[in-house]
Amino acid sequence: MWQALRTELHEQGLELVTVALDANVETARRIIENVAPTHPAVIDQEHTVDALFGIVNVPTGVWIDERGMIVRPPEPAFPGRSAYRDVAISDKLPQRLQDMLAEASKIRAEPEKYVGALRDWVKQGAKSPYALSPSEVIERSRPRPWEEALAAAHFELGAHLHARGHAEGAVQHWREAHRLQPDNWTYKRQAWSLADPLQGPSDLYEGDWLSEVRKTGPENYYPPLRM
Amino acid sequence: MISRTVDVEAKEFERQTGWEIKPEGACKDGRCVPLPAPLSSVVDLRIIAERLHMPLVHDEAAGLWCLGPEAGGKALTSARAPDLELPDWHGDTFRLSSLLGQKVLLVAWASW
Repeated sequence: MWQALRTELHEQGLELVTVALDANVETARRIIENVAPTHPAVIDQEHTVDALFGIVNVPTGVWIDERGMIVRPPEPAFPGRSAYRDVAISDKLPQRLQDMLAEASKIRAEPEKYVGALRDWVKQGAKSPYALSPSEVIERSRPRPWEEALAAAHFELGAHLHARGHAEGAVQHWREAHRLQPDNWTYKRQAWSLADPLQGPSDLYEGDWLSEVRKTGPENYYPPLRM
Repeated sequence: MISRTVDVEAKEFERQTGWEIKPEGACKDGRCVPLPAPLSSVVDLRIIAERLHMPLVHDEAAGLWCLGPEAGGKALTSARAPDLELPDWHGDTFRLSSLLGQKVLLVAWASW
């Protein structure tokens, strides 16, 4: 869906950059190869964009203007209606997967609003009401208390070890990152997915996707768009 | 940033964090924080961490240090986009600054 939107808006001056937050490069690369995108598609094994921009979940979008200034800080970015929403949940699927799909269908996504605003900005640039001033951009970005800065260091260290074949050494750092920044879903889901493809309970990490989404409430999984 | 030693080449520190080591101290986005040691080509991560309010994690078993981002403010301390540098799917280095002059939509996604 991103590729189609990029094709539409590229001739009006927009470039798309996709950043895959994947500790396993090959997993991300296989998906990207299937799409064979014409835009830059990069792989971020250490989730460095979390610390650089204040990203905590995916999909997240950031708008950057021609001068390299951020005009919208990280926010949920859906290019279209998620396939999860309309899928009929087969009772032949594993129970956990059925429960996950049911929960995912309740998660808020606002693709029409997001894509509408994006088209407006591409057309009008700084005159678009959706392009924010530098002070608004900073103000709307996440606060970075000491715990979250420390979480970023632990996550990076864990990912560095994981990438070099020391998966066991990564666990203590990722556990620490989860404890220090409990609302960072990219840190948690990355670790859960490596322990169990369905991100279910494991011996390695606290929590699992289904129980944490239920605890948070699917309506709070992404913040509402402020547009 | 990851390092095997607490002493890091200033050039490497600058490349990875965007903080420049100048006679007046460590500088970024027009702000300078004085450093105690005289200007040198090597910085001590322990001093940098304390002065810039960045966490420094040491994994003794792995023999690695990791310096985290600046704490205490906002995730974005400036609206100027950081010069993200990451490998693309062909394995070539991509730099966000290579797209100056175009509008950019940066989208973070994941396989999981």
